[in-house]
Amino acid sequence: MSDAFPPPPAPALPSSRKLITALAAIAVISGLLVAVTYQVTAPVIKKNQQAALERAIFQVLPTATAHANFRLEGNALTPLPAEQFAEANVFAGYDADHQLVGVAMEGSARGYQDVVRILYAYDPAQQGILGFTVLQSSETPGIGDKVESDDAFQENFNPLDASLNAAGDALAHPITTVKNGRKVNAWEIDGISGATITSAAVGNALNTSAQAMLPTLIANQHLLTPRKGDE
Amino acid sequence: MATDPRAPETLSLATFTQGVWKENPVFVMLLGLCPVLAVTNTATNALAMGLATTFVLLCSGVLVSLLRKIIPKQVRIACYIIIIATFVTIVDYAIQAISLDLHRALGAFIQLIVVNCVILGRAESYASKNPVTNAFVNALGMGVGFTLALLCLGVVREVLGFGSLFGFELFGASFQPWAVFALPPGGFFALAGWLFLFALIRKRRTAAKPEESHVA
Repeated sequence: MSDAFPPPPAPALPSSRKLITALAAIAVISGLLVAVTYQVTAPVIKKNQQAALERAIFQVLPTATAHANFRLEGNALTPLPAEQFAEANVFAGYDADHQLVGVAMEGSARGYQDVVRILYAYDPAQQGILGFTVLQSSETPGIGDKVESDDAFQENFNPLDASLNAAGDALAHPITTVKNGRKVNAWEIDGISGATITSAAVGNALNTSAQAMLPTLIANQHLLTPRKGDE
Repeated sequence: MATDPRAPETLSLATFTQGVWKENPVFVMLLGLCPVLAVTNTATNALAMGLATTFVLLCSGVLVSLLRKIIPKQVRIACYIIIIATFVTIVDYAIQAISLDLHRALGAFIQLIVVNCVILGRAESYASKNPVTNAFVNALGMGVGFTLALLCLGVVREVLGFGSLFGFELFGASFQPWAVFALPPGGFFALAGWLFLFALIRKRRTAAKPEESHVA
């Protein structure tokens, strides 16, 4: 803006070393400030994230009253104690009678802005996906976030077919997102017109996660039955 | 601006009120409109965004003012951006620690405070030329002005678009929300309404006191 005024006599150009020193000093101050803030807030943020994940589990499995944590890695499903919440990637939900109502798992896929992370509920009895909730997204407010609020879109999951093939090593039909109004099969997701990319991201997240997790999960299904309940 | 802005300003009430009224970043300068239109769909989001921006304005203003003799002119913009980005990151962590839901509601717009031209504008045109106290007071005024403007939009949009205010239901179940106000186009309508109102007030004032027609 100072161009509008008669320029002062040009001072001698400072040496490159001076410029670099100034920039470096400011970068160091910035780095320190950010590091200190991170150290202070990290435990609180982690606690918030756990609480949010726990809320999300009970949101996708509304009939559940308790949950157990499992870690699925390779071909093994290992139960985890409640303290190791952060390492779990499979959450089994149980109702008041200690019966399994469903399994919540995470999925993620690239959306319009950034990765969209969702938590979805899978029912081993129906071999279908019951619903999902968004854990993290930077999608356009008012457009991409419709995947959670659009009733017609939520109707896709009641349930969405995610049955395994005869060999039990992959989904019988990959989950795909189709254009709005083109859904014909139980494993297709009817996309939202206007939020195509985010709808597709939800479909991709479900497909990738289900293809990877479900074969192992179903093979180890006996581990999910409650340890307390008598069947 | 009638005076040379390079001269340091003496601290006065005008240092503060400049941002609130005469040079309100939203209603007068029309700066930083991206978050203004995007996150003012509810009053809570608007207030949170306003406070976050005010914090960044204050901290970056003070730091830029403190370092104004050290920062070489040739690399000043790079320095300002680093300083602003630092405080935006701090705000980002702080909001995550306060409420993840709020962080989700504000989404990408927290990080985008970095490119809010109000902040860089203040650093370049005010904080880098004035002592710390002035920079602090001026940034506070700008922040208050920005927050007030966001709240003006947020209140109107939440009342019309959701039938609530700060999350409290106002009208009961029979109210049919005017959904467009909750969506991005509603931001433009609400902003247009407020700009009209401000222009009207400004015109009346100018007509009453013609000798003060220049924005000082």
